[in-house]
Formats: sequence, C-alpha cells, structure tokens
Amino acid sequence: MASQSNKGSPFKTHLFVFLLPAVLIYSAFMILPLIDTLRLSFYSIETDGATSFAGWANYITIFTDERWSTDFVNALKNNFLFFLIHMLVQNPIGIFLAALLSLPRLKLKNTYRTLIFMPTMLSVVIIGFIWQLILSPIWGVGDTLVGFVGMNDGLPPLLGEESTTLLTLSLVSVWQFVGIPMMLIYAALLNVPDDLVDAAIVDGANQWTAFWRIKLPLILPTVAMVSVLTFVANFNAFDLIYAVKGALAGPNFSSDIMGTLFYRTFFGFQLQPGNPSMGATVASLMFLVILCGVMIYLYAIQRRLRRYQL
Amino acid sequence: MITRKLILCSGAAAVAFAVTGAMTGFSPVASAQAEELVIESWRNDDIDIWNKQIIPAFNKSHPDVQVRFAPTPPADYNASLNAKLAAGTAGDLITCRPFDVSLDLYNQGHLTKIDAVEGMENFSDVAKSAWQTDDGSTTFCLPMASVIHGFIYNKEAFKELGLEVPKTIPEFMKVLAAIKDEGSYAPMSMGTADQWEAATMGFQNVGPNFWNGEEGRKALIAGKEKLTDAQYIKVFEHLAEWGPYLGKGYQAQSYPDSQNLFSLGRAAIYPAGSWDIATFNSQADFEFGAFPPPVPEGQSTCYISDHTDIGLGINAASKNVKAAETFLSWMTTAEAGELMSNALPGFFALSNHKINLTDPVAKEFVGWRDSCESTIRNSYQILSRGTPSLENDLWNVSVGVINGTMTATEAAEKAQTGLSSWYKPQQ
Repeated sequence: MASQSNKGSPFKTHLFVFLLPAVLIYSAFMILPLIDTLRLSFYSIETDGATSFAGWANYITIFTDERWSTDFVNALKNNFLFFLIHMLVQNPIGIFLAALLSLPRLKLKNTYRTLIFMPTMLSVVIIGFIWQLILSPIWGVGDTLVGFVGMNDGLPPLLGEESTTLLTLSLVSVWQFVGIPMMLIYAALLNVPDDLVDAAIVDGANQWTAFWRIKLPLILPTVAMVSVLTFVANFNAFDLIYAVKGALAGPNFSSDIMGTLFYRTFFGFQLQPGNPSMGATVASLMFLVILCGVMIYLYAIQRRLRRYQL
Repeated sequence: MITRKLILCSGAAAVAFAVTGAMTGFSPVASAQAEELVIESWRNDDIDIWNKQIIPAFNKSHPDVQVRFAPTPPADYNASLNAKLAAGTAGDLITCRPFDVSLDLYNQGHLTKIDAVEGMENFSDVAKSAWQTDDGSTTFCLPMASVIHGFIYNKEAFKELGLEVPKTIPEFMKVLAAIKDEGSYAPMSMGTADQWEAATMGFQNVGPNFWNGEEGRKALIAGKEKLTDAQYIKVFEHLAEWGPYLGKGYQAQSYPDSQNLFSLGRAAIYPAGSWDIATFNSQADFEFGAFPPPVPEGQSTCYISDHTDIGLGINAASKNVKAAETFLSWMTTAEAGELMSNALPGFFALSNHKINLTDPVAKEFVGWRDSCESTIRNSYQILSRGTPSLENDLWNVSVGVINGTMTATEAAEKAQTGLSSWYKPQQ
C-alpha cells in the first residue's frame, strides 16, 4: 500500500506492457460482450432476423406484461431463496468446518479438508446425476436409509414436488460448494497469530470463547468477502437446476431462477423459438441485480468493517 | 485492497455467464472437406445405425460421397444448431424438427428449397406439411419419419393376471385398478419429472380421441374451438385419473426411470411413443405388445397421433449442395425407406412406398394407420409460434393435473390464456 505514485516520476512503460495482455483479453471476452448485451437489450429482433431499435420496450414488457412479469418475479424470488439458503446453511457450516480444521490438536486434518473440498471439483452434471439417484424414490439409497429410522413409506419425491424441489436443489448446491467458504476462511484463520489465542487461553478463555472473541472478529472481512462471492455465484447459478430439472425448471416453474429464465428466453426451448433481445434484457437485469448487491456490499458493509493489523 | 480487487474480478467473472450468450460476432470458417457430407442430428441414439447400415448402403451406390453423422444430445440440439448456423460451422445436411423451428431456419435463409429434388413426388402433402411454408408452396425438408403414440404392455404380466387388452377408457381404468389391487406390478410406468412425458405420452397420446383428431386440431388453429371446451377439459380429467396408478414417487421419476421400470418388468403398462420399441427390444426379456389409446365409452372411431417427427434439409451455406441433393434423393427411395424403418423400429417412413416391416410391435403400431384416423400433435403447427408456446404450456399443465396440483379446469384455462395472449384467432 506504500506505492503511492509520486508526481514527477517518469511514466512507467513496463507497467503498461505487463498489464496489456490481461487488459486485452479481459476487454475482448468480458467488457465488450457485456456492453454488447446491454446494447442488444434495447433492440428487438423480428422472426426474419431484422433488428430495430426498441428503446426501453423490452424492459417495459418484462415489468408490465403479466406473463413476463410473473415469470421474472418468480425467478427473482426463487433466486433470493436460493441465495438465502446458501447464506444460512453453506456459509455457517463453512465457518464451522474451518474452525474445526484449525483446532490445534485435530488429527487427519488434510484428509478431512480434501474430502470436504472434493465435491466442489466434480462436474455439476455428475453432482446432479448422483443426487437424483440418491434421492430417487424408485431406486435411491435414500429410500433404504430412511427406512432404518422408521420412515417405512420411504422418501417423498423431493425433486418432484413444487414445495420441495428448490429447497432440495439448494441444499445439493450447498453440499457441493461448502468447500469454498471453508477453504477461504481456513486460510484466514491460519493467519491469526497463535500468540493471540495462546494469550487468551492463558487469561482463562477456552477454545470456544477464543473463537468467538478473537478469531471471528479477525476473519470478519473474509466472511464478508465469502458472502459477496456467494451472492454473485448464486445469482449466476444455472447449471445444477438445468442439469436436474431442465430449462422449464419444474414442476410449475418452482425451481426457476434467473439463469434458467435467461436460457429459456435467449435460446428458446423445444418449440419455443429463442428471443435474443428479450434474453439480453433478462441478462442485463441479472447484471443489474448483481451490480446492486455488490454496490450495497461495497458501500454499506465493507467500509464499516474494522481491520486489524496483525 | 486485495479483497476489493478480488470482489471486482469475481463480480466481473460472474457476469461472464450472462454475457457469453451474446457473443456472436466471431465466425470461424467451416472446415468441411469437399465431398464430405456432415449430418447434424439430435438422434444420438441412432449413431450405430447410421454408421453401420444407412451410410454403407448409400455408399454402395454412391462410393464417391463421404457421409459423416454428427449428432448433438436432443436437449441441446436446437440451441447448438442455431449457434452453428449463425457461425457458419454447421454441417451440410440438417435434421429438421417439425414445423416452426425449421420454418424459422428456412425464413432466415439457412435451409434451401428442395421441391426440385428427384423423388419428392413420393411424399403426400400431409407428410410434407411439417416442413412447408404456411401456404404449402415450398418444401424445405425431406420428410424422413413419423412416430406413433399408444401403450406398450407386458404380455406376460397381462396373462399372469388374466387381463384383456382394454379398448375403451372405462375398460382401461378397470385394468389399471386390477393391476394395482393385485399389487405385484406398478400399473403404469410414467413420471412427471421431465415434464414432456406427461404432455407427449399423456395428453397428445390419449387426447386425439377426445378432440377427434385432425378435425379438432384444425378447429383449434382456426379459432373455432378453445382449450377450455368440454373435450379438452375431459382429456385433463382423464389424465388426472392416471396419478394414483403411476409408480411410487412418480413426481421425481425421469424418462429413463420410466423405461427401466417397464423393461425390468416392474410395471405392466407403458404410455409409449413408437420410438421406445428399439429400447425395449434390446432391454426387456419378456414379450411385449401394444394397444392404441383407448376410446371414450361408446365412441366408434379411434384416432391416433401419427406425428411427423424427423425431416432432413440442406444447409444453404453448404459447399456440397449437389452431393447433399444426391443424398436426399437417395433417401426418398423405397430401399432407403425400408432400411430406415427396419433399422429404427418405431420410426415409420413417410414415403408412399409399400414397406415391409419385420418388427412385430412396430407392425402393430403401423397397423393402426388402417383402423384409426391419423393426426399429429395439436400444439406443433402454428400454435407454438408465440410466447408462451402452447407446447411448453401443455407440458406444465399436464404435469399439474397428473400431480394433482391443478384441476382440469385450471389447466385448460391456463393453456387457453397463454395461447390467446398472442394468437389472434383465439382472441
């Protein structure tokens, strides 16, 4: 942080050269397509391929046409639920696991860490397939397992009912990605100097109070970062829902999130022809939601976080 | 600072997903060699049949043309084909979905007119209707095959339980009840998890008997009938009766689950598309047969869904149009038709040639063409052109009534509202 640029020092050409490849690639594959998506959302495309400027028409349609707004609000609501479940389940469990892993006398640490992180590295198609099999009321092991605890009727069709599908898929996603908050927070916890904890223990604290009073306040910035990463990832989520429930995200759109709504709109589905300009509008709105979320985080939360020099 | 950068990066990375959809500007050059024909298709199940039977047979008479069958998984086919056509990397021959999806491709200039191809006179207007402009003046895909709906049943199970093949709906319901009471088989194997099964194997399978086939389908297009009319509500009411007779947890049962339940002999009846015959031939070790959708009590005419499903067209950007035309005109011959129909039991050639089928169950299916009136799925022509497409709505509401989360009237109203929101004759 000490490298404040001094006035009068010569222009550092080498910095520019070093940055150039990244800037070029980033602009070509991220910034340009993003701008083009925003542009496309202001056009309308006829079936014969003719494009015309439409102003805000697409946005007005999404918010005022009853069919579009129902779908959009439903997807947005489901997406918030999806995010909420990750925040309430994935991140606390991630912190908890990281805290356990950082306990000084725990054996087989690396084994646990690898095992918990493993699902994160698997393809989402495999995850979807495995869980569909486990939860299948027809052949699933879940059926046998719940029989052991007295549920003789077996598993209800968790992935087939309107009330349970989204919740089940969220928890599957939590299971897959819990390794990421765990790793990030574990890394932060390793940075907490042992002296601080030792001093606290000498003063009479046990591991429990040491965690709450010493470690947690020190890792809060990481927790906040994990939260915002969760937010961004969840509002771009698509693959698991698509892999398990398809683009119609059934039953009755109960597992529809922004990503599946976008896919269905942009590419079309079955006999439904794709609509690139409406799709771009949905994508722009997704971008806007994420942008707002990240802004709120940057201005309302990150500035208030207290950082400690360790 | 590090944190902030990370956030910005990940924030931007996260947008990438939303953005990739819009990346169309770059167009790599197609890399097909001269005289090699590449066929785009969603029938990845058929890759062996193409490579071992159809292409070798074609090469016997045309040794100078190389043909490569390059399928994409069915669910991704439309999206990936569109992307390839836009980028100029699509194959020479395009397997055509029926009706609007292909009509759009033609209107956008991706498919050529094929009326002049030798052999096109072997197809009836009905067969060609799925791949013509609305006025019927131009054909852009060669009709390859149709599929027929009905029910496949486990003959041994029926014999064991002393059941007769049902002809009317009350008989059908009695058979289902008898199988359920006896308890060793699931009465019927169908799931609602994949949604299309409920609409295609359910609604479109039994429906034509209620709306009188072509007559009802055309009346719907003309706006003379509505989906809220009594005959459509009756279809939904009938579907709602299926729920209790489907296997345990059918709400989470996928299409492969349904096939497996039947081919393992755990279910007695399977609402089928004729394309399932090939799967069951290779997987079921018991004898199975087929019966047409049962008719409502007292109705003498039966209707079947004999749906034009696969066509083959020529990519307008192909460098081998001549060779592609040669291939198409070979596909119109009786030889090709018989080869296809027998290699792919359950896909029935649409040409007027007399074709000998060897598969007994496929023969049963095609035999209904003589005893019943043929129609096609009612949501396919014109009615799925707008948003929401009737087809997608029918998936949703058929699942709703079978699962019991929607009443028949609600389902009909929902489908009608969706259709009338954009289709003028229904307003």
